[in-house]
Formats: sequence, C-alpha cells, structure tokens
Amino acid sequence: MNFIDLIMSHAPALLVVIPLLGAFLTPLISKINDKIRNIFVISILGITAVFVLLVAQQVLDTGTITYVFGSSLQTQNNTVIRILFEIDALSIFMALVSIILAFVASIYSWGFLENETGQDKYYTLLLLMTAGMLGMVLTGDLFNFFVFIEITSIASAALIAFWTNRVKAVEAGFKYIFISTIGALFILFALALLYGQYDALNIAQLADRITFTYLDKIALIIFISALAMKGGIVPMHMWVPDAYGRAPASASLVLVAATQASLYGVFRVLFTLYGNVIHLPNISFGWILVILGLITMLVGVIMAMIQTDFKRLIAYGAVAELGYIFLGVGTGLTIIANPDIGISSAPFAVEAMKGSIFHIINDALDVGLLFMIAGAVYYATKETSLNSLGGLARNMKYTTIFFIIGLLAISGIPPMNGFASKLLIYESTYQLNPIISIIAILSSIMLLAVFVKIFQSVFLGPKLKKFDDVKEVPKSMLIAMGIVASIIIFFGLFPDLIVSNLVEPAVNALIHPENYLQGLTGGL
Amino acid sequence: MIANIPYIAAAALIIIGLYTIIFRKNLIKMLIGITIIESGVNLFLITLGYRKGGIAPIFTGAPAESTMMFPVPQALTLTSIVIGVAVLALMLSFIVHMYRHTKSLDVRKFGGDDQ
Amino acid sequence: MKGMSLIVRTIANISFPFILIYGFYIIAHGHLTPGGGFQGGAVVASGLVLMLIAYNAEWISQRIKESHLSIFESLGALSFVLLAFLGIIFGTAFFSNFLVGTESLFGGIPLDGAANINTGGIIPLMNFAVGLKVIAGLFAIVYVMAHFISKKEGKIA
Repeated sequence: MNFIDLIMSHAPALLVVIPLLGAFLTPLISKINDKIRNIFVISILGITAVFVLLVAQQVLDTGTITYVFGSSLQTQNNTVIRILFEIDALSIFMALVSIILAFVASIYSWGFLENETGQDKYYTLLLLMTAGMLGMVLTGDLFNFFVFIEITSIASAALIAFWTNRVKAVEAGFKYIFISTIGALFILFALALLYGQYDALNIAQLADRITFTYLDKIALIIFISALAMKGGIVPMHMWVPDAYGRAPASASLVLVAATQASLYGVFRVLFTLYGNVIHLPNISFGWILVILGLITMLVGVIMAMIQTDFKRLIAYGAVAELGYIFLGVGTGLTIIANPDIGISSAPFAVEAMKGSIFHIINDALDVGLLFMIAGAVYYATKETSLNSLGGLARNMKYTTIFFIIGLLAISGIPPMNGFASKLLIYESTYQLNPIISIIAILSSIMLLAVFVKIFQSVFLGPKLKKFDDVKEVPKSMLIAMGIVASIIIFFGLFPDLIVSNLVEPAVNALIHPENYLQGLTGGL
Repeated sequence: MIANIPYIAAAALIIIGLYTIIFRKNLIKMLIGITIIESGVNLFLITLGYRKGGIAPIFTGAPAESTMMFPVPQALTLTSIVIGVAVLALMLSFIVHMYRHTKSLDVRKFGGDDQ
Repeated sequence: MKGMSLIVRTIANISFPFILIYGFYIIAHGHLTPGGGFQGGAVVASGLVLMLIAYNAEWISQRIKESHLSIFESLGALSFVLLAFLGIIFGTAFFSNFLVGTESLFGGIPLDGAANINTGGIIPLMNFAVGLKVIAGLFAIVYVMAHFISKKEGKIA
C-alpha cells in the first residue's frame, strides 16, 4: 500500500488529529516567532480543510464511512466494543461548515489580534476548538460526543474570555461554561439512561435497539433541551448575546460554528438515534421544533431591534437565524411523522429539510461575515456602540461593500445565498400552515430593517471628526471577509449546485437512518 | 429496595445540585452545585456497572471463578471526572478574575448590561 | 502569601519524596492496577502543590517557570498523539497497539495472575505521556492561581 492510500484510509481520524496535534505544537512553535506561528496555524487548518474535502468526496461517492480506532472492529455479544467515527453526508456537511469558519477565523485573527498579548494561547484554543467541533460532528459514539462537547465548550469559554482585563468578557465566558457544563452533564445523564437499558454507546447500535420506553422519552427530552441550550434556541438563549458580543470577533465566528454543531447534535439524536421510533404516529415532536423555531425567530428579531451595540445586535440576529433551521427541520419531521396531514405534502418534507440544512451553512457564513465586519469596525475605531459610530463608508470602503453583501444575505434578498434557503423554507412551511411561513417572512423583513438601521448609523451619514484618521483594516482581515463574501455570492448564484451535491445527500442521510446503521454493519 | 438506594442517591444529588445552582447567589456555591450534579451523574454511571458480589475489574491477580464489575461505566466515570477537573479549574479562574475586578462574589452584582 | 510555619515546611519536605514516588508508581503501574496517567499525575501534582503551600508562590517561581510547565504540558500531549500516530504507521489504525506481542519494551502479553510490568504495549507509554501532561497542567493551574492571590495581597499591603 503506498503512502497516499495509507493516508486516505486514515483520513477520518486525521480530521480530528491534525488540529489536535497543531494545538499542542502551537505553544512550542510560538517560542520561535509570531509570524511562523500564524503561518503554521493557518496551514494546519488548511490541511484539515483539504482532508475534509477529500473525505467529503469519498462519502458522497461511496456512502457512510466507518473508521475504527485502535484496531479492526470487534464485537462481543453483538455489542461494538470500539470507539469509532461514523461519517455520513450530514456529518461531513457540518464538518465543512466548521472548517470553513475556523480557517477563515485563523486568517482574520492575524490582523485582528496583531497587537494583543496571549496570542499563542488563543491559537492553541482555536485549534482545540476546531478539533472538538469536528469530533462532535464525526463521532459515532455517544460518550465520545459528550467528550467532544466538553472540549469544544472549554475551549470556546476560554476564547470568549480572551480579554480577561474586561470583566464583562470574563463574565460572558463564565456564563457560557456554566451553561454548557450543566447541559453536558445532563447529556451524560441521558446517555447513561440509554446505556443502562441497551448496553451500547454506539449511536447506530443504540438506534437499532431503541424501543421508546418511558426512560427513553426522558432521555430524548434531556438530549434535545441540553443541545438546544448549547445551540441558543430561545427559551435558553440568554448566554448568546453576551458570549457573541464580548468575545473577540474572530472567536464569535468560530462560536457560530460551535452552535451549529450543537444543532447537528439535535438532528442526529432526533433522526438517527431515535430514527426508528420518531416516525411512530402520535409523536408530534415536529410541532415542538416548529414552535421553538417560531419563538426563536420572533424573539431574536425583536430583541435585535432594540440593541444599540453592534455585536450584540448581530448576536440576536444569529439567534433569529437559528429559528429558521429549527422551523424547517420541525416542518419536515411533522410531515414525515403524520403522512395524512396533506395529500401532496410528502415532497415538501424533503424540501423543508433541504432548506434547513442549506440554511445551516448560509447562516454560518452570513452571521460570520457580519461578525467579522463588526470586528473590523471595532478594530478601526475601538468602538462598538451604534450611537457613537457613523460615516465610516468614506474611510472603509471594502468593509462597507462586504457589509452590504452580508446585510442582503442575512435578510434573504435574492442574489444572495440566504434567499435560496429561505425560499425553500417559506414554500414548504406554507404547506404545513400558511401562518408559519407568514411569520417567517415577517421576521426576515424585520431583520432587513434592523440591518439597514445599522448600515445607516455606522456607515452612512456625515463624516465624524473623531474618525478622521480611521483607516481600512489590514489585508488579512479583508482577505478573510472576501473569502466568505465570495462564497456567499457563489452559493447565491448557483444554489442548485450546492443543494444537489451537498445538501440533498445530507437530507437523505437524515431521513433514512438505515443508511447510518448500514455503515456499521458494513464495517463488521 | 436496598439495590435501588444508589439510584435514589444519584437522583437526590442531582436535585440538590440543581437547587444549589438555582437558589444560591454566591458564585462559589453555584460552582459547588455543579460539582454535586457531576457527582450524582457519576454515581449513576458507576451504579449501572455494579454486579452483585463482583470484584474490582483488574485482570491480573483475579481469582479464576469470579464475577467482575462492569469496567466500561468506570472508564466513562473516570473520563467525566477528568473533564470535570478541567471545567472546575477554568470556572475557578474565571471567578478569580471576576472577583479581582469587582471585589464581589454575588451573582446579582454581575450581569447588568452597561447600555 | 507568606510560607507556612517551620513545622509544616519540615513535614512537607519529608513527605514530598514519598508522594512523588507514590505518584510515579501509580503512573508506571497504570496498565496493571487501578490508576494510570491521570491519577498518578494528580498525586504528583498535589505533592508539588503541597510544596507551593508550605513555602510560597515566589519561592516556587524562583525554581520553576510557568513557561517551562506549558512546554512540558505540550510535550506530554504531543507524545500521546504521536504514539497514537505510530499506530497508523506500524499498526492497523490510529491508537493501534502495535507494540503488544513483540519482544521489545512493554511488548509482553499479560498472562493470567502474573502482574508483569513489561506488558501492555503502548498503554504504559501513553500513561507516561498523560502523566507528564497532567503533572504540568494541574500544577500550572494552581501555580497561576497562587500568583493571582499573591499579586492581590501585594496590592493591598
């Protein structure tokens, strides 16, 4: 076997191991030189991105990949006794989202954190968090999932509190770690409930054995609420504005990916772990997701309207965007679970799910771009309050252009990617209930209003004297924003390409859990 | 009944921990609440692996005819303890920072937004 | 932070080597008895913390630098991951135990009843790596926190 084949056959493990190795090497390399360290971090994430693409191609060609750690897969009394990664189209889709944001964040940080101290710790944590997120989405083992959740939340809490001289930042970090620890402990409790009953920790094996007893219902509720809490769905969203708003902009960017990974957990639990039983009639879990989604959208948008801080406002916008994802998946689940809801509505379930899954990557890119712009404005002016900003378009023309792109994308205006996914969601939710889609459109319009307000108050208006010597941000930040903006435009212009190549396999992976189970038996 | 006592204790620990988190206003006490929940969950996991009359799952030196405890939950518990140490250290560092800035551990002194 | 009294310091001096030996024993026997890298590392780190409390943070900081601790921590983690990587090259998968069954160091297979330290393949080596990381990491945490406190007291005084 030659070297390339060897590497390719171990690529799933390398996806997590390369960032992990990078994280431990960073403190040593930063002893040499700051520049070398930055190049090192960017190249590590670049290599990981290449591996994600390679594995993605493999998954899309051949179906679910199973990678077993330690040695070949072994079973005893029909129980898998090894830790394994199980990668289907949804996992690799989420891995793609995470790695794009992490890679962009590493480029962005070069300029953004240029004059800060403690950068070697920052980059270590960034790589550790990337490893955690990738592990969360790739793992096929529930306990492993818990471990990766904790790795992600420890790293992200430390990143949120990066500016330790600001008490608000430390407070936000404390809030985040507090909430995610409680969430993670309850996830551990729920998986212990499942483990005690079915003697398995492997997701596919559990899914095969689950019978939906009373304890399983409790475990399901705990899983969903804990993961939704980590994802920032509305009744549990109070940490989001603090965490996103107080973290360095580059860390907020990666945090967006971390919340998406938690949402992945929700979908994985609902559609795969409970995949065999969630289709049973009279389980209307879909409606709960729909309602959560609607509340999330409305509360997010309304709270965004009254904010006066740039980053907090975007954070509430991000909360609202998560509502769309929940709405689409909830609609899909409702229609799948009750086939008699409408005569011709079955295709709309798939449409809704497509919209949602597509919206995951769109939301990550749009919100990420806006956070980077807020960071750029902060970098140039040291100011985040909307009341004291103004007239920046004269000095920061590239940032202004990127902001227009982000503004159009997040509020779902046609040439951008947000429109493509939101249209799918509107169309399909209309079949479930017209009111839902009206609320969804309404909150999109309100988002547009909110961001036009920012545009007006930050970039337009007369030139302020105190911002006379404001200059355009460093090149690395512009490059990072440019990468995301061009992906946004590309997705907006060719949505079909993405939907049919990436999103549709992911949706199929969700609604056909048996493929996931086959991934395991294929490895046996 | 006697076999159920560990489960009851685990549930009681989790509830006490939740009570502490919700009703105590001191940051350190809230932290203690989290560790109590963690102990409850760990106790629950360990109890799942208990076999009546079993011995500790150590391969070397074990008698040939013997029941062993189930080692997997113990490994899980150990991992969760290690993670707990890391989380605890991080939270304590945050609390030290917050205390240095505000000279207070009262949770009501924090959280107010400056705008 | 001032150091503790002479009695405490003398007792700490006497018990320190025993704590270290016990910790290293737990690390080295991780594959045979309960314990391993984390537990033994925690014992060793607690011995170091005992010295830190008995003397004071400044006394320790003249002997150990925080940057050295972070290097040791990285080295421990790195050797753990690299050992796992060797599994790809010499074995079948990541984390593959390629040493077991060979005639090399730790290459033996444990036979029933025989607590032979020369068994376990890469597991004892990984225990050493984890132990190094845990010693450095846990001690660094307490060390940094002790410095917080001593700085704060310095301001008040």
